[in-house]
Amino acid sequence: MRKTTRSEDLVRGIWKENPVLVQMLGLCPALAVTNSVKNALAMSAATFFVICCSSVLVSSCKRFIPNEVRISAYILVIATFVTLADMLLQAYAPVQHKELGAFIALIVVNCMILGRQEAFSAKNTVFRSLLDAMGTGVGFTIALVMMGGFREILGTGSFLDHPLFGPHFEPWVIFVLPAGGFLTLGFILLAMGYIEQRRRDRADKTAEAEASS
Amino acid sequence: MSDQDINTNAGNDAATVDTAPQGPEHEGASTFRLVATLAVAGALAGLLIVLVNLHTRPIIEKYQAEQLQKAVYEVLPGVERYDTYYLVDGNLTVALPPNAKEKDYKRLYIGHGSDGKVRGVAISKGESGFQDVILLIFGFDPQTGRMSGMKVLDSKETPGLGDKIYKDKAFVQQFFDGPKLPLVGVKAGAGKGLPNEVDTITGATISSRAVIRIINDAMTEWKPVLDRGIPRGTAGSADEGAQP
Amino acid sequence: MSEQSLFSIFFSAVVVNNFTLALFLGLCPFMGVSARVETALRMGLANIFVLTLTSISAWILNTFILQTAPYLRIISFIIVIASLVQIVEMTIKKFSPTLFRQLGIYLPLITTNCAILGLAIFQTNRGYGFLQGLTFAVGAGLGLTLALVLMASIRESVEFSDVPEVAKGTGLVLIIAGTLSMAFMGFAGLL
Repeated sequence: MRKTTRSEDLVRGIWKENPVLVQMLGLCPALAVTNSVKNALAMSAATFFVICCSSVLVSSCKRFIPNEVRISAYILVIATFVTLADMLLQAYAPVQHKELGAFIALIVVNCMILGRQEAFSAKNTVFRSLLDAMGTGVGFTIALVMMGGFREILGTGSFLDHPLFGPHFEPWVIFVLPAGGFLTLGFILLAMGYIEQRRRDRADKTAEAEASS
Repeated sequence: MSDQDINTNAGNDAATVDTAPQGPEHEGASTFRLVATLAVAGALAGLLIVLVNLHTRPIIEKYQAEQLQKAVYEVLPGVERYDTYYLVDGNLTVALPPNAKEKDYKRLYIGHGSDGKVRGVAISKGESGFQDVILLIFGFDPQTGRMSGMKVLDSKETPGLGDKIYKDKAFVQQFFDGPKLPLVGVKAGAGKGLPNEVDTITGATISSRAVIRIINDAMTEWKPVLDRGIPRGTAGSADEGAQP
Repeated sequence: MSEQSLFSIFFSAVVVNNFTLALFLGLCPFMGVSARVETALRMGLANIFVLTLTSISAWILNTFILQTAPYLRIISFIIVIASLVQIVEMTIKKFSPTLFRQLGIYLPLITTNCAILGLAIFQTNRGYGFLQGLTFAVGAGLGLTLALVLMASIRESVEFSDVPEVAKGTGLVLIIAGTLSMAFMGFAGLL
C-alpha cells in the first residue's frame, strides 16, 4: 500500500472516511448527545481533545509499548485523557457537563479513538498521528453538528438556543427524543447513499457513452 | 453486509484482545516487562489525574455550593442567611458526627430573616416523574404551613411537554404564591379555590402531579422531625423549642 | 442509597428507559449482530452475564476503593471491565468450546460495548446499593436482549421485502430502530 501524504492523513477522516457516517464508529455519543447543537459541540470538543492527546502520546511511546499489552495501554491512555476532559469540563463548563452526563465517560469506549490508535498512531510518527487524529476529530464534529443541527432545528425550532421560526412554529418534538436520533442518522445515511448512487449512475453513463462512441 | 461491518470494527479488537496480556501462558516479551510497562503507564496516568484534580476540584465545589445557595435563596425569598441542618439520629443538628460523610445524611435548610428569626425552611427531594427522576427544592414557612417557592433542580422530562414544569412560568409561579401544605393538584379551572390547590399542566399532567407529589412526600417524611420544633439557634447550637 | 424501588428500577431498565432504544447504549452489537434471532439471543445473554458481573465489581469498587479517589473511577472501571471480559472469554472457551465458537468475535466486542461501562457509570451516578445495582444490571441486560431480538426478527422478515438499494444496510436498521424506539415511548409514564 502506498504511503499516504500528510495532507491525506489530515483530510481523509473529515469526509471520505468519516468515522460516524462512513465507518459507523462512535454511534453511541452521536445519537445520544445530538439533541442540541450546543451539546454536539461540547461532546465533539471533548472527543477532539481526547483523540488528539491520545494519538500523540501513543505515537510518542510506541517503542515502549510491548505488542501484547498494546490494547490495554491504549485504553489506559484514552481513559486518562477522558478523566481529564471530564474534570476540566465540570470545572469550566458545568452546565454542559451536566447535560452530557455519563456520555463523557463513555468517550473511553468510543471505538473510533481506539481504532485510530491501533490502525495509525502505533505505526506512524507523532506529527502524522496528530494530523490523523485531527482529521478524525473534525469529521466526528461535522457528523455530530450535522445531526445536532437537524434535530434541534426541527425539534425545537431553534439553533444554538436562538429561535428561528417565530412563535407559530410547531416543533417536531420527536427529533429531540431518542427515536429522533435514530431516524435522523438513518435519513442522513439514506441521503448520502442516494447521492452516492446518483454519482455512480452518472459515472457509469459517461463510461458507457465513451465506450460506445 | 453487516458481517463485513463487524469484521472491520472487530478486526482490530478481536485480533488484539486475543493477544492481550494475561499471565503465564505468554511468550514474547517477558512478563516482567509487560507488567512493568503497564505499571509505569498506570502510575504516570494516576499522577496526571491527581494533578489536574487538585486544580479543578476547588472550582467545581465552589460552583456547586453557589448553585445550591442560589436555589435556596430563590425558594426562600426574604431570607437573609440560612444554615444547613442534618438529620442525625432523629435530631436536627448543624454539626455532623466526626468522620461522617456529608452525603450520607438527609438535610434541610433553615433560613433566618434580618431579625434573626426563622423565616422559612427549604427541603430538596427527588422522585420519579414521567421520564426519569425529578429533583427539586422548595421552601415553606413552618409557622403558617404555606409554601414560599419551588425550583426544579434536575429533570429529564420530555422536551416540549414535561419540561413545562420549569418552563411554564405560570405553573412555577403558583408555588411562590403561598399555597398551603399539603398540596392538592387540580385540573386548571376545575379547582374550588381552596388555599391548598395547585393547577396541574394540561398535557403534562403526570410530570406536574409528580412535582406536587414530591413536595407532599417530603413534608410527610419530615413532619415528625419538624413537629418537634425548629432549631432557632445559629450554627453550633440546636435549641429546640416552641415557636414564638 | 437511592430510594427507587427494585421493581421500578427493573421495569424502568427493561422498557421505560430501555438501554438501547432510549439510552443509546449497546449500539455496536445492535447494528451489526442483529441479523438473526438466534445470534441476537446469545449475544443478549452474554451481555446480561457480563452486566451482572460489572454491576457487582462496580459496587465493590465504589464502596471500598473509590471513596478516597473518585477521579480514578473511569480508569478503574474500564480496566475491570476489560479484565472481566477476558476472564469470561477464557471461561467460556474452557467449559463450552461450542458456545465460544458460536459467539466468535462478538465476545471481545463486549468490552467496547458502551452498555457495560454505561451501566457502571449510571449505577454510580444514581447511587444504587448492591441489590439495586444487580436488579438494574439484569433489567438492562433483558432490555438490551429484547431490543436485539426485536431488531433481529424484524430484519429477518425485511430480508424478503423489496428494499431500495440505497436503504439497504445501516440506514434501514436505524430507521427500524427509530420506529422501535417510538413504540417503546408508549411505556413512558407507566411507573
